[in-house]
Amino acid sequence: MKRSEWLFLVALLAALALVPLLASNLVINFLVTALIVALAALGWNILGGLGGQISFGHAAFFGTGAYVTELLQLRLGANAWAAAVAGIAAGALVGLAIGAAVFRARLRGSYFALVTLAFAEVLRILANALDVTGGASGLLLPLQPGAAHFQFDQRSVFAWIGIACVGAVLLLTRHMMNSRFGAHLAAVRENEDAARALGVDILATKLRAITLSAAITAAAGVFYVQYFLYLDANIGYGTWISIEALLAAIIGGVGTMAGPLIGALALHGLGELTRGFAGSITGIDLVIFGLLLVAAIAFAPAGIVGAWKRYVGGRRNA
Amino acid sequence: MSGGDAMLEVSNISRSFGGVRALGGLSLSVAQGSITGLIGPNGAGKTTMFGVISGFVAPDTGSVTYRGADITREPAHLRARRGIARTFQIVQPFAGLSVGENIAVGSYLRHAKPSEARARAEAVARRVGLGAMLDQPASALTVSGRKRLELARALATEPDLLLLDEVLAGLNPSEIRDILPVIHDIRASGVTILMIEHVMQAVMALCDDIFVMAQGRMIAEGKPDAVCRDPQVIEAYLGHGAAARMQEAGNA
Repeated sequence: MKRSEWLFLVALLAALALVPLLASNLVINFLVTALIVALAALGWNILGGLGGQISFGHAAFFGTGAYVTELLQLRLGANAWAAAVAGIAAGALVGLAIGAAVFRARLRGSYFALVTLAFAEVLRILANALDVTGGASGLLLPLQPGAAHFQFDQRSVFAWIGIACVGAVLLLTRHMMNSRFGAHLAAVRENEDAARALGVDILATKLRAITLSAAITAAAGVFYVQYFLYLDANIGYGTWISIEALLAAIIGGVGTMAGPLIGALALHGLGELTRGFAGSITGIDLVIFGLLLVAAIAFAPAGIVGAWKRYVGGRRNA
Repeated sequence: MSGGDAMLEVSNISRSFGGVRALGGLSLSVAQGSITGLIGPNGAGKTTMFGVISGFVAPDTGSVTYRGADITREPAHLRARRGIARTFQIVQPFAGLSVGENIAVGSYLRHAKPSEARARAEAVARRVGLGAMLDQPASALTVSGRKRLELARALATEPDLLLLDEVLAGLNPSEIRDILPVIHDIRASGVTILMIEHVMQAVMALCDDIFVMAQGRMIAEGKPDAVCRDPQVIEAYLGHGAAARMQEAGNA
């Protein structure tokens, strides 16, 4: 990671932190939603981008984080912050369990993608059917503004917490990429046989990656539920978050540090704009997402970050 | 070569793929500190044998013993930790990583600290002649560069036993001349080497002992000059009756 990239990221986060001071609630709402998706995408990127294991089922972790946080507060009266920590831990555990099942069976590529999707769908159907998760009518967390309850009157506080979380995950990602674990993960992504020959424990490396990845995406779920207070099976375990997490990372730049954040902002920015222009057409933003994905794969397979690097590199060499 | 000082002892290995018997109960041993050659015509099963030794191919029968420990069923990455490193005949670079990052994956095996691992990788790169390429993407290397990268990554794991699968194949004579001293130097540093090689000039120059395989069987073993004159070996390479014809030609 070059210093210029790092400076750019710090500047971007600082600029985002100023937004709540200047903008309307509508814009802050957009920012918080984008940050939640960015967080989920940063989690996805660790397994999918850095580790090359493309998951279609990160909703399994997002939903687990959200449900565990909400249920512990609703059913057991747990403190919101403790519930948040438990939600992240539960998401990590689900990641480890799915990883143990799938990676032990040596599933890779499209098989891995399909099986992760299946796990998320099973959880969605269960959450929709069971009483404890509120079934189809969902769960509402009572409004109790106050820092002790991880709820805030002002949306701007959520935005700042979101920015801090994204910043923390970016730091963690950078540290990881520069570590032995990061090197092992890159080796597993590039060539498993060569990695094994060099003493890399493929299974252990993948399990670490999916656990970390799941924990971060679960944190996005926790954040979602504390912000919106409402949760049902289609929100928590729905395919929307699986798709947005991977779209944001791919459109932003797979395996790059800034990619998931930039992708989430771009995706949601465009989604909001199209809803503004053509709000009467239901699902028009999904059409835009689809077109964006096709465009990204056709013209910028390395995402926005990759295309920008190529542009800057081209100008420098010219 | 007696079994007493053998570092690696492979005995009675067989392995079939479907109806094809790739390895038919063969044995070999490698003495500590030696360079041992494994030669034979295409399709003899040499690379499968390497797979068995390095943990990539599970044998149907037989055993692999390394420094007295039975490692027949041990996974590949644990064998690497024991000190067995291999290169691949078909080079397997981490194409998306730089040369330095490729080699560092190897050096991380013994050095957890990133700064140490990178320093070790740099030293190994210089040793095999890739010192100037550290920041190049591995995909930009020439054939000869990729072969060196295979060697460098394996060396970076600081092995005691190095398995080289045709590191000289595809190189031109001057590139071979450049890389032979590197292999000599590796042995001089105390690493035992088992090499599959087709370039006979190199085999004769480097190897202390040679094993010859043909069609999944071990047909000869011994010192390089003796193996070269072995009629069975000549027939395996040149066809049935070749040894007799060469004898006649020699007498005429």
